[in-house]
Amino acid sequence: MEYAISILLSGISVGGQYALIAIGYTMVYGILRLINFAHGDVFMVAGLMGIYFTSWLTSVMSPGAAVLCSLLLVIVMTVLLGFIIERVAYKPLRSAPRMSVMISAIGVSYLLQNTATYITGGQPMTYPSIPFLFDTVTVAGNNIKWAVLLTPVLVIILVLALTQLINRTKVGMAMRAVAKDFETSRLMGIKINSVISVTFVIGSALAAVGSILYFTNYQSIVPTAGAMPGLKAFVAAVFGGIGSVPGAVIGAFIIGICETIIKGLPSAWDVSVFSDAFTFALLIVILVFKPTGLFGEKATDKV
Amino acid sequence: MKKIIALLLVLCMSFALLAGCGGSTESAAPESSAPESSAPESSAPEAGDKVVKIGVFEPATGDSASGGKKEMLGMQYANSITPTVEVGGETYTVELVYADNGSTTDKAPSAASQLVGENVAIVLGSYGSGVSIAGGPIFDDAGLPALGVTCTNPNVTAGNDYYFRICFLDNFQADVLANFAMDKFDAQVAYCLGENGNEYDQGLIAFFEQVFTAAGGTVIKDSFPQNNSDFSTYLNKAKSEGADVIFTPVSIAYATQILSQAASLGIEAPFLGSDTLDDNMVLEAIKGTDIELYVSTFYQEGGDPDFDAGIKEYINSSADILAANGGNDTISAVTAMGYDAYYVALEAMKLAGSVEPADIKAAMWDVTYTGVSGDIAFEEVNGDAIRDTAFIKTANTADGTWTLETVQTGSGQ
Repeated sequence: MEYAISILLSGISVGGQYALIAIGYTMVYGILRLINFAHGDVFMVAGLMGIYFTSWLTSVMSPGAAVLCSLLLVIVMTVLLGFIIERVAYKPLRSAPRMSVMISAIGVSYLLQNTATYITGGQPMTYPSIPFLFDTVTVAGNNIKWAVLLTPVLVIILVLALTQLINRTKVGMAMRAVAKDFETSRLMGIKINSVISVTFVIGSALAAVGSILYFTNYQSIVPTAGAMPGLKAFVAAVFGGIGSVPGAVIGAFIIGICETIIKGLPSAWDVSVFSDAFTFALLIVILVFKPTGLFGEKATDKV
Repeated sequence: MKKIIALLLVLCMSFALLAGCGGSTESAAPESSAPESSAPESSAPEAGDKVVKIGVFEPATGDSASGGKKEMLGMQYANSITPTVEVGGETYTVELVYADNGSTTDKAPSAASQLVGENVAIVLGSYGSGVSIAGGPIFDDAGLPALGVTCTNPNVTAGNDYYFRICFLDNFQADVLANFAMDKFDAQVAYCLGENGNEYDQGLIAFFEQVFTAAGGTVIKDSFPQNNSDFSTYLNKAKSEGADVIFTPVSIAYATQILSQAASLGIEAPFLGSDTLDDNMVLEAIKGTDIELYVSTFYQEGGDPDFDAGIKEYINSSADILAANGGNDTISAVTAMGYDAYYVALEAMKLAGSVEPADIKAAMWDVTYTGVSGDIAFEEVNGDAIRDTAFIKTANTADGTWTLETVQTGSGQ
């Protein structure tokens, strides 16, 4: 029982972290019809920034304050990075074929990975221990970090806030309009460039929050650390119906929990190796039987 | 206007590409002609001008970068002390040529080809058995002798005439660790966790299982997929299945994650690690926790005080070297092994009386050398070092250092 609860807890936490990345994928897709392949790497860069800012600020102020300041700085700088990537790599290609933008996204992804390799020297870096989030608490006989418990709660709060933003505010209305029809909304006087920027800002901020929770739990960062979570979050977004925020979150939780259950099955069955294969098999099944995902709109666009 | 700019950009890029190609062919040309032109003149006295290249086949990036860099440190330190070698009455300057195998088996063959292309006399490395196995056939085909430093998997040298090594093998190491688990902890159930598809991890686990089950124990095995980062499920499984020891012969990047997650989960079973875990990044990850960790390794600090003092001074001599060693001057066993490997290579050249790869390979079988890590000689079949002792160290988590637990010989299988 204790063991079952431990599996469920880590499944929920893994799912929550995928969810925070998946939202960024799904929002950008919803508006630009672009799969932002650099998103997983933005997540990784946010993690590295956490390491460098903390060690830099610790020399200036007390450790506690340094961590807090660096977390704020990480979110601000990640938002800035997302914004710059959109302006430099995607905006000039606004009228280009969709394939060009996607290739540009892949280029940005490799640029970020290789820059990270250059700066870190390719060595795994250790994420700082954040007070409170890093502390452990005992739940039903299992020691877990506060970050694990906090992740799903935070995800739900953020998603509720986001759906309010999309459905109730002027920016949200503009977003929905741009998602429906690019050209018409432009004719209606919507500044589509600023709407798209806002989307990237929100996506990057969520990736930054996700990176803080994720790397507090799994403290080692290599330049390819964003690739796997990024891919799985992408599968989650497709599973939930790409373009739909609640869909991405539900997809992420399902994938996170299934993955941990597979890992946790008895060793004698020898199936734990297939935890990653499961995620991608799921992607294939979804694409074959329900291409629009669980909550997807009925679009026939091809990527 | 836009079209013109685009055209110009394309032109610039293609010129840069051409320039890059031209540069490499130009620099390669004199190298390939150098041995030919110097061969007939070898009787003419021109001491000091002659260069012999030693290839360093190590990971400088990727999961094993931390270990690769430490192994290179040993070679660089040895090179800084002994930059020349006397072969056949002539003095050669030794030049280290680096090729980064990126810790991955798909990059290893091209890194190996790069060294073959550089006309090196002998290759040292690599840290990590998987990349050594992947690069091995390239050296074999080129007739280039390679000297494994800490690649412990038997398949590195088996069936490869040109691969030698100076370290012990995994079946020996696993035997030592399995016996240690039985003797020290009366362990009945061992949980083994390795990376899926990694020859090193899986090889050690298979040998460990053989010895451990033969002695009456039970082994539970699990493999995690590449780039996995959530290990809490595996660790909770080990706990719920009542493991007495947890054996994790994984690369450093995974080891730090497994151990730090185990610390926060409050896992009480002791961890056993192989030679890869003997790294100060691992120590750093469990500093201040209650984790019990035992690793088997090649060298323990204090084994040769002169070497220890010299390498510490070298490590502290520049910020870059200190960073390559993980930020402090704890001596890794792989550094001592890299140091010994360099001298074994020089010894082989002296014995061969030549710097031609074929002569060095022929002489290699008879090389004997007493290094800081012990006596080195090669057995007749595969060119493996004859080693019968391993050091077992335990991590002192209070101050982040290693303590020698015991010096163990195998069960004599």
